[in-house]
Amino acid sequence: MIKAILIDDEPLARSIIAEYLGNYSEVSIVQECGDGFEGVKAITQHQPDLIFLDVQMPKINGFEMLELLETPPSVIFTTAFDEYAMKAFEAHAVDYLLKPFSKERFDKAIKKWMDSRGKSGEKKEVESLVETTIHSPEQHNRVVVKTGSKIRIIPMHEIHYLEADDDYVKIHTAEGSYLKKKTMGYFEEVLDKAHFVRVHRSYILQVQQVTRIEPYEKESHLAILKSGARIPISKTGYPKLKSILGI
Amino acid sequence: MPAQQITNTKMSLLIVFMWIVWACIQAWALAWSGFPVQTAVIDSLVSNGLLMGIGLAVRNMLRFYRPGRGKFFYIFAWNFFIAAIWVVAIKWALSQLITDPAYLIFLNKSLPVRFFIAFLMTGWMALIHWLLFTFEENRENEKRKADSDKLAKDAELYKLRQQLHPHFLFNSLNSISSLTGSRPEEARHMIQQLADFLRGTLKNDEKMLVSLEEELHYLQLYLDIEKVRFGHRLSTEIKTGEGSIQSQIPQMLLQPIVENAIKFGLYDTMGTVTISVNAVRENGQLAITIKNPFDPQTSQSRQGTGFGLNSIQRRLYLLYARKDLIVTKAEGNIFTTIVIIPQA
Repeated sequence: MIKAILIDDEPLARSIIAEYLGNYSEVSIVQECGDGFEGVKAITQHQPDLIFLDVQMPKINGFEMLELLETPPSVIFTTAFDEYAMKAFEAHAVDYLLKPFSKERFDKAIKKWMDSRGKSGEKKEVESLVETTIHSPEQHNRVVVKTGSKIRIIPMHEIHYLEADDDYVKIHTAEGSYLKKKTMGYFEEVLDKAHFVRVHRSYILQVQQVTRIEPYEKESHLAILKSGARIPISKTGYPKLKSILGI
Repeated sequence: MPAQQITNTKMSLLIVFMWIVWACIQAWALAWSGFPVQTAVIDSLVSNGLLMGIGLAVRNMLRFYRPGRGKFFYIFAWNFFIAAIWVVAIKWALSQLITDPAYLIFLNKSLPVRFFIAFLMTGWMALIHWLLFTFEENRENEKRKADSDKLAKDAELYKLRQQLHPHFLFNSLNSISSLTGSRPEEARHMIQQLADFLRGTLKNDEKMLVSLEEELHYLQLYLDIEKVRFGHRLSTEIKTGEGSIQSQIPQMLLQPIVENAIKFGLYDTMGTVTISVNAVRENGQLAITIKNPFDPQTSQSRQGTGFGLNSIQRRLYLLYARKDLIVTKAEGNIFTTIVIIPQA
């Protein structure tokens, strides 16, 4: 039995997928969710094989929801109109359906997924979507993190600094720090370059947080943040920080 | 340009009339100083007739070509030249027509005076017409500029009002597609609502004022469609105070504001969302308050975009030349948008 979950904030948008899926006796819909929070919970609980995911949803969008999953299932995106998203789909998703879609188009997407199933590397596709360099506008303004079962949305301006931590990035804020499975390169690209600067291979800091810069060992420096945190600045990071501060 | 033609004809007649008066004065002056009436009349007709011809020629020339500012010297030199030719011409013409020796002596002696009078007259004509035509041209330029400004403004207004979100359209079509299978009657109803709503947005006159009653009717069509899409999550409250429904409002102004409220209400919070619209008539203006819930914690980053109300603000500015007609405030978890529509 194939387990599927439908995630869309519009009930009628879910019901047409349910209707189309009615022809597939081997697929059972284990849950329908109205937002990404429910979606994360349901996916963790049911471990579905396939999800149908809307992009524009309350609180967190479809991309952000995927980021929160340790092992994302196969995804077929359903969306009305997202220029930025379409590029990402073309490159990485199993398939994407533009609303309103026909039964034929839907069947084609299912067939495509069925064919690719069993072939190795299918999971990788979704992960690479998470790492894609195309971001939704929301992703430039905030980071969505999960701590235990709680989901937190951190606006970019609340980030003090970021620290590399193996496969993760540790996000330091006034309330504490959160782990996010992303690369430093991702954040370097997505964060506002007028406010954030990568001062070290393992550190990105928000310039407004810097209170002082002290010399430290040979040719390197330390940035002292308002929170008291001491951030190493590398030889190459120092001129970048100086230019953004205008000194 | 019929109005322009009339003023040109009038102006020419005025010039001819003034010259006739001047010719009469000159004839009378010559007769009074002792010349026979016939001699006085011939002198006056020939010299003034020719001068009038020159004056009209100057006028016509200036209509099509005017030297720029700072080139008055050319006009001056040119007048001098014309006056000189005129003197030579009347000397020749009058000595052919009149043989009285006393008159011929007078003619020779009066040539310098006649020259200066002609010089002043043609100079005066040139100056008047230079000013007149320059003034006319400026006025026309200004009118053309105002016309093109108006066109640009109309185009911008049109564009601002046309901003129908494709999300809304495609998602509505998807809902209809879904209803077609399960509840065809409702699908048909929704198609009708969507069609009526789209027809409203396609109306061409963006400056047209409609009654609030009519505006709320379109808003209701939009809200009904959104309610089908979002089901139980969305509820709306519309209240109209006494006398407000007859107030005038630019058409399709409220829909984008409410669309914005719904967007932030539905995408920024979870659970059910109530959007309220409250219209009151006070101090001779219509005030409409739109409220939607939002999450102050996660919305901060969005506030920079003005909650998508910039295009409404621009439209109100173009229509009323005021920037204070839309006010927003966030209190607790309620976001409020107040729109003021001045009433004529």
